[in-house]
Amino acid sequence: MSAAQEARRRLAQRRTRKLAIRYAVASLLTVLFLFPIYWLFMISFKTPEEIFSSPPVWYPASIQFDNFAVLFRDGDAVTVWNSLFVAGVSTVLAMFLGTLCAYSLARFRTGGDNLAVWIISQRMIPPIAIVFPLFLLYVWLGWVDTYHGLIMLYTAFNLPYVIWMMRGYIEDVPSELEESALVDGCTRWQVLVRVIFPMVRTGLFATAVFTFVFAWNDFIFALVMTRSEVTTYPVQVTHYFGAQSNFWAKIAAMSVLGAAPVFVAVAFLQRYLVRGISMGAVKG
Amino acid sequence: MARLKISGLKKSYGKVPAVRGVDLDISEGEFTVLVGPSGCGKSTLLRTIAGLEEADDGSIEIDGELVNDVRPRDRNVAMVFQNYALYPYMNVFENIAFGLRARKAPKNQVKDQVQRAAEMLGITSLLERLPRELSGGQRQRVAIGRAIVREARLFLFDEPLSNLDAQLRDEMRSEIKRLHQDIGKTMVYVTHDQIEAMTLADRIVLMKDGLIEQQGMPLELFERPATRFVAGFLGSPAMNFIPATLKRKGTGIAMVFDDGAALALPASRKASLSGSVGRAVLFGVRPEHIERSRKGSARPGQARLKVTIDLVQPTGPRTYGTFLLGGVETVAELEVHDVERPGESLALLFDMNRIVIIDPETELVISHSGT
Repeated sequence: MSAAQEARRRLAQRRTRKLAIRYAVASLLTVLFLFPIYWLFMISFKTPEEIFSSPPVWYPASIQFDNFAVLFRDGDAVTVWNSLFVAGVSTVLAMFLGTLCAYSLARFRTGGDNLAVWIISQRMIPPIAIVFPLFLLYVWLGWVDTYHGLIMLYTAFNLPYVIWMMRGYIEDVPSELEESALVDGCTRWQVLVRVIFPMVRTGLFATAVFTFVFAWNDFIFALVMTRSEVTTYPVQVTHYFGAQSNFWAKIAAMSVLGAAPVFVAVAFLQRYLVRGISMGAVKG
Repeated sequence: MARLKISGLKKSYGKVPAVRGVDLDISEGEFTVLVGPSGCGKSTLLRTIAGLEEADDGSIEIDGELVNDVRPRDRNVAMVFQNYALYPYMNVFENIAFGLRARKAPKNQVKDQVQRAAEMLGITSLLERLPRELSGGQRQRVAIGRAIVREARLFLFDEPLSNLDAQLRDEMRSEIKRLHQDIGKTMVYVTHDQIEAMTLADRIVLMKDGLIEQQGMPLELFERPATRFVAGFLGSPAMNFIPATLKRKGTGIAMVFDDGAALALPASRKASLSGSVGRAVLFGVRPEHIERSRKGSARPGQARLKVTIDLVQPTGPRTYGTFLLGGVETVAELEVHDVERPGESLALLFDMNRIVIIDPETELVISHSGT
């Protein structure tokens, strides 16, 4: 074997070793991060004895759905529907209104340079600072524990984010595309639907997912603004923590139900999410 | 087909004036080229005609109809943009059909018209492709297709060839000219390229600082410029401008330069210039109107001068020789082997019938080949 061949072989070896270490570290981290989720899913399928057995049972002897059945029988599962409905409607509203505002900011320079910054600054208000004044307002309006109350709240809270993100995406659309459409016979609305929406589709989906997840994850607004009628699922889960004992089976099953829609949404929109986020990153 | 009439048009962006009062009357089927350096207001003028910008003052009439307050979609004009403005998410067919669909044309009509436009531009094989799968020239064809498919009454082109490489630009230029001959519509074309302007235009409108400097047929502007700016803008390489004084010499008049060199003016120009004797002027001569003197080659109206060439730039078909005249670098367009090396002395003939004489203060041309 010549010296050159030998050198090449050693280089290849070193590269393989490096790659192996990288994969090992990555696998380890993945297991570490995924373990709680795995444990959550497993608990939701276990019998009460298995949950508390020592040493722990790594996977249930037989998959059983009793823990889920209980949630549906007692009507607890409806809180997932509440979350889905409130988050879904508020996302659609925020996306619709926010995109219109963003278009106006991007194309007609509405409010000059400062309005857009002011709008995003609204997003920086910590929810805890405004939740109690808002609660008083909601009591006065009679909106506490109503669907529309929560929907309005999430819409309002998400609007700045949607406007800010969509403004960036829309500014990236070459204005000639719009002008060409205007000359070709489109109205401003048609331009929006036929040119802007297809051009910013990726950003639209990415922003919608984040908007949805914010409303879906929210705990503090839902806790303060709801009682028994439109309890959302994060609030419902806390009901299972008792002074004497915690209902681990219910907590796990409920969490699985609650996580499922987000898993599904992200799985379907992954392509747009990754591209949308990286687009935003480049844009700043 | 349409007649376009613009009167007293003004447009500013904030405090910056872009168009400062333009009057223009374009007749049916005419190919008008708006040309000028960047920032002269030509694109703004075009965009105002399209309705993409609102005029601050003045009027725009298409076929006698005042369109100042008419939305772009209702002006029935078509426009081709510099960067093509194709929709990346639609294939070529849909891109061309866009305007027809926006106007809710019936389906089979859309198909027929798109097909016809594609045939005219030789892009029928590309109809299923997406814009990103096309070359620059093909994209520009699609953009033109989108404009002609709609049978608009007025066609606007905003520097449509500037993004193409030189060879493609020549090709597309001929195609646009042919297209105009075929469909005969009124066209307004914006460019900063004087070759495009000269070759395409029925009429050139040369703009500067938001105003029309001069307008007319290409050769009219080329041969009889009204100002120094026009004389210098058209022609490549540009016209030489050399300060000189008009002096009486013998029975005639001569152009005398600061370094003492003198060029006699032809008798035909004596009458119009006799009142200007003693005046300081700018002498304007195009490089192609200077040639090497050969035995017996002098024609009437040519003046001879011996110079030393200090820079030689061969282009292939011609060679540019630079020399000092009155202290100013002056370019002559010579035949290929007229001069080989810098430092050579040559006798040159200046075609004094075709020079222009400019008032250095007003920069107005006081004498050109027509006077």
